[in-house]
Amino acid sequence: MLRFTLRRAVLMVFMLLGLLAITFTISHIAPADPAALAAGPDADRAMIERYRVEYGLDRPMYEQFAIYLQRLLTGNWGKSIHTTRQVWDDLVTYFPNTFELVMFSILIAVALGVPLGVVAAVYQNRPIDHTIRILTVSGVALPMFWLGLMAQLYFALHLGWFPLGGRIEMMTDPPQAITHLLLVDSLLRGQFSTFVEGLHHIVLPAVALCFPALASIIRVNRAEMLETLNQDYIVNARAHGLSTFRIVAVYALKNAMLPTMAMIGLRFGWMLGGTVLVETVFDWPGIGLYAVQAAISSDFEPIMGATIVLGFFFMMTNFVIDLIYGILDPRVREQV
Amino acid sequence: MTGPAPLLSVQDFRLEFDTFDGVYKAIDGIGFDLAPGESLGIVGETGCGKSVTAKSVMGLLPSPPARVRGGRILFDGEDLLRVGERRMRAIRGNEIAMIFQDPMTYLNPVFSIGTQLVDVILAHQRARPRAERMTRERARDHAVEMLRRVHLPNPERQLDSYPYQLSGGMRQRVLIAMALSGRPRLLIADEPTTALDVTIQAQILDLIGELRRDLGLSVVMITHDLGVVASVCDRVVVMYAGQIVEDAPVARLFDHPAHPYTRGLLAAVPHPGRPAASLSSIPGSLPNLLDPPAGCRFHGRCPLAGDDCLRPPPTTAVADGHRVACWRAMEAADAGA
Repeated sequence: MLRFTLRRAVLMVFMLLGLLAITFTISHIAPADPAALAAGPDADRAMIERYRVEYGLDRPMYEQFAIYLQRLLTGNWGKSIHTTRQVWDDLVTYFPNTFELVMFSILIAVALGVPLGVVAAVYQNRPIDHTIRILTVSGVALPMFWLGLMAQLYFALHLGWFPLGGRIEMMTDPPQAITHLLLVDSLLRGQFSTFVEGLHHIVLPAVALCFPALASIIRVNRAEMLETLNQDYIVNARAHGLSTFRIVAVYALKNAMLPTMAMIGLRFGWMLGGTVLVETVFDWPGIGLYAVQAAISSDFEPIMGATIVLGFFFMMTNFVIDLIYGILDPRVREQV
Repeated sequence: MTGPAPLLSVQDFRLEFDTFDGVYKAIDGIGFDLAPGESLGIVGETGCGKSVTAKSVMGLLPSPPARVRGGRILFDGEDLLRVGERRMRAIRGNEIAMIFQDPMTYLNPVFSIGTQLVDVILAHQRARPRAERMTRERARDHAVEMLRRVHLPNPERQLDSYPYQLSGGMRQRVLIAMALSGRPRLLIADEPTTALDVTIQAQILDLIGELRRDLGLSVVMITHDLGVVASVCDRVVVMYAGQIVEDAPVARLFDHPAHPYTRGLLAAVPHPGRPAASLSSIPGSLPNLLDPPAGCRFHGRCPLAGDDCLRPPPTTAVADGHRVACWRAMEAADAGA
């Protein structure tokens, strides 16, 4: 297992380098001239050139890339043109909010999706299976932002159970940063009421965000459970008098969880990069909004920064999923 | 028939499967008895209903599509068709155990041998009085004991191995250990050697024979291999298209087969010293059980068939303990003698 883990870790370093090269190249062949944009519409040629030199945009491509790598490693991720702050500081502000939202959302999706998938498979083609199918089809088909708006209308405005949006109330002081995750920090600092408030704010956006993931987790898990429940080793377990619950929840589910884990990982990655709609609806100060604004104003340092962070966490997700695969399946562990 | 009360008695058992194309009449009124300590072979070609019979005894057929249409399966006087799932689960492993054809696919790939074996042993404990139940540690010791009993080398070490690390023969030994861990009185072996190499086959058959003697097990051996029957069984039931066509002690069946189908099967077995060219085969194939032929189900392929074979054949006793369902039983017996 140790060799397996090390090998995955080394592979990840190479993948990260590949990611940096690709994003760097893409942002440099985009037609807009970032120096001209940064200098503003009234700037003359000399001012634009000054910006060009200041940002290193006059150097050859490979040199810019090397400089960029060096800067990344020393913690200097460049400056955002439109917020005029350090990109690193922006990312530290916005990314943890998105991470929290996605984490919470995927937890809901897994906690509901896996059992519902199992139930749908065990009661295949019975009423409960059809009911679950309605849920999954709508989860895939309904757009997230619409679901978000409807949830806002009903649960926030009509019933008043949850706040309309935002991370916490305007008047609440956020806890002093340790991990930059509000829920974690407020607990660590002992600010229990802030924790409850943060939890209260995260529910609606997380639920709206989780639907597509929930739907695909149910569908994959149902299909996999149906297949594993037909395997010979399930017949064997029954022939030796094991209880139905143990057979379904342990013997079959552990096998079915392998492909389901892959789906969970994929969905988690997609959610990290795809939160912008939900963030817009719920006024959530996350990296999705930040990155889209940067993209609109051709502000490439934040774009690269956000891409690297999202890409890195996507890879981390795959890494973790690989490790879980190794834990679940002895055969994966072996084939290093 | 005289002697002790049978351990297993299947009586006029009928079973059907609902399929998209209609009702598949898989088992049509079969009956046989198994005395305590006896070893019974059930032979027949693929699709004749041997495995379905075995799985019915264990209550392993999913319903739907399977549907019991009548009869009784008495185990020690208790009708297994009517006991309910709860009692059936207590019977599985503790009273009747089963091993299967393909050891490669009957072990769960993601759990270690030890985990699976201990789980089975612990499941058996629920059927016991509280005071007699084994703890997990005790179950682990018992697992090692069982693996040693089936002659698996390094039993302690093997507890931590996974199925993919074991050969087919070793896996079948693990499955046998699993089956015997609840000290059952009856072992049903569904083609336990079909998927194995010839040398491993012999080892597994020896093992089953040895355990049978040591533990006083009764065995139902399901196979299409008459060689297997000859080496481990006391008595044989020959099945054809969901019916029993002949039931006889092993020696009697090999020497005086009475049913034309049995004679066909025996003629199809290769013998050392006889040229392969003299092997015969039975023309045709199994009838479609969605719409089985009237009368004797074998008449379409039978060399002796006549008009009377369109009516259901009577079951006659041609000798002590030798029954046959055929209009021409005596003719066939004479011709074969």
